[in-house]
Amino acid sequence: MKRILIIGATSSIAEHCARIWAARGEALHLVARNEQHVQVIASDLKVRGASKVTTYVTDLNAMDKHEELLDVADNALEGVDIVLIAHGTLSNQKSCELSVHETLAEIQTNALSTISLLTLIANRFEAKKVGTIAVISSVAGDRGRASNYVYGSAKAMVTAFTSGLRQRLHKSNVAVVTIKPGFVDTPMTAEFKKGLLWAKPTAVAATIVRAIDAKKNELYVPAFWWAAMTTIDMIPQALFKRINL
Amino acid sequence: MTNLTKIYGWGRYSQQDAYLHTPASCASLEFIAKQQNSVLARGMGRSYGDSANALNVLQTTYLNHFIEFDKATGKLTAEAGITLREILEIIVPRGWFLPVTPGTSYVTLGGAIASDVHGKNHHSAGTFGQHVESLSIVLGTGEVVTASPQSHADLFHATCGGMGLTGIIINATIQLLPIRSSLISQKTIKADCIEAACEAFESNSDATYSVAWIDCLSRGKSLGRSVIMLGEHAEQGGLEIDTRQKVSVPFSTPSVLLNSLTMKAFNTTYWHKSKHNVSQTVGLMPYFYPLDTVGEWNRLYGKKGFLQFQCVVPKLDGVANMRKLLTEISNSGYGSFLAVLKQFGTGNENLLSFPIEGYTLALDFKASEPAFKSVRRLEDMVVEMGGRLYLTKDAVMQESSFKATYPNWEKFEAIRVQYGALGKFSSTQSKRLGLA
Repeated sequence: MKRILIIGATSSIAEHCARIWAARGEALHLVARNEQHVQVIASDLKVRGASKVTTYVTDLNAMDKHEELLDVADNALEGVDIVLIAHGTLSNQKSCELSVHETLAEIQTNALSTISLLTLIANRFEAKKVGTIAVISSVAGDRGRASNYVYGSAKAMVTAFTSGLRQRLHKSNVAVVTIKPGFVDTPMTAEFKKGLLWAKPTAVAATIVRAIDAKKNELYVPAFWWAAMTTIDMIPQALFKRINL
Repeated sequence: MTNLTKIYGWGRYSQQDAYLHTPASCASLEFIAKQQNSVLARGMGRSYGDSANALNVLQTTYLNHFIEFDKATGKLTAEAGITLREILEIIVPRGWFLPVTPGTSYVTLGGAIASDVHGKNHHSAGTFGQHVESLSIVLGTGEVVTASPQSHADLFHATCGGMGLTGIIINATIQLLPIRSSLISQKTIKADCIEAACEAFESNSDATYSVAWIDCLSRGKSLGRSVIMLGEHAEQGGLEIDTRQKVSVPFSTPSVLLNSLTMKAFNTTYWHKSKHNVSQTVGLMPYFYPLDTVGEWNRLYGKKGFLQFQCVVPKLDGVANMRKLLTEISNSGYGSFLAVLKQFGTGNENLLSFPIEGYTLALDFKASEPAFKSVRRLEDMVVEMGGRLYLTKDAVMQESSFKATYPNWEKFEAIRVQYGALGKFSSTQSKRLGLA
């Protein structure tokens, strides 16, 4: 039985990972902002076979609570083997452009709060010399694009930070898995028209859980996004600034 | 605001541009339900016709959580958007099965209740609704009410089989059936005409499950020849269940592939391949859900889709009436691959529930002008015989046929008035059938 801490447990991708872990009989500690929603998920995971499910309600932007959050998780699970960080918001690019406040709030939620958590978790796992830290970043972090560069730059920070952390923690036997989903059909993206590029959260979660099992370094889900983002990366700036992406 | 999206039932006829709302939680479902003037809950979209079509559709995709499962008593509570397939994955390995199941596992719990679905054990177990202990429903006022045969019984009996027209079912508690094995002992019997098939149902009425594949293209002496499949839960053999999907139909195939020649060839081959009085053991999934192994098989009927026709005729004169219907179908030459015959037990108190004691026949018609005419003729015959059509399969029934054959429709409307559902919850089908 593995002891798994899920931060942002009401995110659809996190929830579907949790369902796979529940079916395996793992012990889960769920951290989320919406009490009612996380309780619904907790009951569900118990029926699906989780050996233990506990919850903790907090706003992750309250970074002074992060230490406490991790202590509670440690107590509830009697030690943590895996952490999945999955919280975030899909920023409204247009309204961010008109508001410094909103832009910084998005950076706070999608980057700074994650970095606060990672800093604390890294030190705990480094001391124990064991553990896996998995973080949901995004393909949007690979290159800033006009359509979503506020969200993208926050995720770029998460990607760069986890890359450095992976190097640092390698010698302490701690794995850092950077996950870059493409378009996933979840409540967060309900407003978008879905096409061929869209993936189902069940499939995305299955890939993520496998990657965590294998302690992969970085992955694109679905995998074709690697090719798509590599191509986008190669477009020269002179051309890139003229196109709509 | 969300964009307009084209939606349609499993038969892909008829189609509708709709605003899709997919609430992430019950709280946001209640909010959206209150906000909209008229709305309809939609699950997997597996009803065949237009009963889940409406301009404003509330998809229950994300309401797919288990709430409670008592492994000792087999009492299960879950949100309405969970599919029967998801339920099976959890309950079968723990020694439980659905008390009643339709021929596909890709339907939601809410949909199974709204259609008051039946299965191969209708003659002994009745419909799905008869195993629902209670359900929670969002009313037109936005209020959430728990209904059961004991409390708000009128609402309960209108909602089971009520096609989503009384409100939005958000969760339900059902009583499961204990099993010792995930295998089914199956016995196959061949009946060389419709009379022999009905006789076989009669003489095997103690079988837990019974259903017949019927060759609706055969004529004369062999009119209605059938292969009857009886089933019992096995006593041993483990509780494993395999819910992986094997293959999928990737796109709509040219519908000319399904013509009277290929269908005749299929039916004749199937008849001659089947062996009389043979027993074998098969898994739950292939026994109950043979078509679920082929994803999106509805695409085989081409872009225009198909009509599914399912009727029931009363037991009195049932065999003779079935012969009349089969003669009509056989003469038209539009009958399909998959025709199913089954004996129903007695009906229930649910106001718009389909089954009545007698014989039910289900088959597909590739959508075309002559097929529409043929279905209309069959509809008139069934009304004449005192039978009725299954709302979950229907896309074309006339208002007059509905009102003549579902005599409780006025009571149903009165309960909708009482609970604020009138006009608030409606579908393309309900409008066609003259429900307000």
